[in-house]
Amino acid sequence: MKTAAWPREEAEAERLLVVDPSAEKMADFAVRDLPSLLRAGDLLVVNDAATLPASLEGHDTEGAPVEVRLVGPAEEGTWTAAVLGAGNWRWRTEDRPAPPALPVGSTLAFGSAHGDGAPALRATVVAVSEVSPRLVRLTFDRQGDDLWSAVYRRGRPVQYSYVRAPLALWHVQTAYATRPWAAEAPSAGRPLTWRVLLEARRRGIALAAVTHAAGLSSTGEPALDAALPLPERFDVPAETVAAVTRARAAQGRVIAVGTTVVRALEGAADAGGGLLRAGEGRTSLRVDGHFRPRVVDGVLTGVHQPGESHFDLLQAFAPEPLLRRALAHAEHEGYLAHEFGDSCLILPRSL
Amino acid sequence: MQIEGRSALITGGSQGLGAALGRALAREGARVVLVARGAEELTRVVDEIRAEGGDAHGFAADVGAKEDIHRIAGAASALAGPIDLLVHNASTLGPTPLRLLLDTECEDLGRVLDVNLLGPFRLTRALAGGMVLRGRGLVLQVTSDASVNGYPTWGAYGVSKAALDHLGRIWAAELEGTGVRVLTVDPGEMHTAMHATALPDADPATLADPAVVARRLVAIIRAAEAIPTGTRLEASTWTPPRWQPMAVGAAFPRGRG
Repeated sequence: MKTAAWPREEAEAERLLVVDPSAEKMADFAVRDLPSLLRAGDLLVVNDAATLPASLEGHDTEGAPVEVRLVGPAEEGTWTAAVLGAGNWRWRTEDRPAPPALPVGSTLAFGSAHGDGAPALRATVVAVSEVSPRLVRLTFDRQGDDLWSAVYRRGRPVQYSYVRAPLALWHVQTAYATRPWAAEAPSAGRPLTWRVLLEARRRGIALAAVTHAAGLSSTGEPALDAALPLPERFDVPAETVAAVTRARAAQGRVIAVGTTVVRALEGAADAGGGLLRAGEGRTSLRVDGHFRPRVVDGVLTGVHQPGESHFDLLQAFAPEPLLRRALAHAEHEGYLAHEFGDSCLILPRSL
Repeated sequence: MQIEGRSALITGGSQGLGAALGRALAREGARVVLVARGAEELTRVVDEIRAEGGDAHGFAADVGAKEDIHRIAGAASALAGPIDLLVHNASTLGPTPLRLLLDTECEDLGRVLDVNLLGPFRLTRALAGGMVLRGRGLVLQVTSDASVNGYPTWGAYGVSKAALDHLGRIWAAELEGTGVRVLTVDPGEMHTAMHATALPDADPATLADPAVVARRLVAIIRAAEAIPTGTRLEASTWTPPRWQPMAVGAAFPRGRG
């Protein structure tokens, strides 16, 4: 499938493939049509996580280059991070050499991306994962305001080798990005403009949010990539639980904008013994064709291909043969894949 | 709006009105994030507020620089939680002594617009989407009487503030019904470094103390739900709407210090 190599100017004009598993039908639309495809009483749930400048370039004490990709805060002020070796964003992660061995106690220094002469940000490896030696926990040499200043000053968003030019922080935020929890963009929401969202609301479609720490998509290390997604932080606000209850009462459908929202809502319901409860948590829930969703009826997502964990997840919402037919159709019709690609809405009773 | 327990982001927070408003909001129980270019002055104000028991953070950045906007928005939300109150207080006069438009370089006008107009636009755009999602939020823009009067030599600044006033009206119209409100306030002439730069010969006795103006702004913020969104106010003449019990209370702020 062809790839979108750069954010497009008219997000609403991007294509939207609607797949109706109840009718076993599909049809082509544009993102701007989304409000007219939903009904009053339906609920759209978005992930309001902002994308972190998670990629920090630096070196170890021997001067060997490393790229650290922050996954998120862990216990006692530490951070979980994946470490990549030499190379830059133009290289596919799987083509990059391994980073130097970084046993517990190793130190890393991150200079400024802009050469501002400020002292480097330093980190110490305090734990190495059993999953992969490239998955570590770090403590930084500063906390609070100073740490966030250094991360935002020195970090930049995780880059993709297929993208035309380096991505800036504004390229990887949704229109409602709020809490900087995401290691990579929760990209399903990227084409949603406020015109589309407010038009949906005007039609009686409710809008609610969760925060989910969307994780890394790939590190290039097979053992680590096989373990993705790692357990991820989520927060389901009480307002969102109430909105789900209202949608249920109105016979509305709950539509997750992105697989991260599926993981947050179903992870929260799983933790609540089947009942969606408000609060923060961590989920390592695996969603696939054997999973019976308790909260989510449909998903707005990118165009995902077999072999991706996202494709497995979608099988909880549509049978694999229908998804493969949809994919063949998308490929034939020239849909674009990946972070800046076209969209797919899998929703029963939509066509 | 309620101030206690809410998150406020104030640009131009290291001196003058911005620093005074940061102190005043922290005393009212807000979590405050101050933004300014100079890290040292910023740290001093943040430390002062913390010494009083307030919850304050600093982030050194330039609101006139596009690449700093999402840094400000992201770091502020990380430090204080989703932002409920955004105060566009930072502004630049452009080159001083102030000069005729005939003597103003177009690059200088561009820089003034970057800081005073594009900066607030970009930062509102980065934060207001989240506010709409949460169904609440207040954007407070600090303007000047130079936005309505054509004062000679105040061209770059006056034009930027006139555009900012109108930006506020349009934001307000577009966000009507979302729970996100936009107000624009003229604080009046204050005894600040900026005023001294613009009008070095002014008699300080005729100028308001920024701390006093900051308390008026706090009262306006408290009463925001009773003020039509999109309104441009003058802090010196504004009085709380009497018929509003909450707003009457706001005339007597519960300062701790």
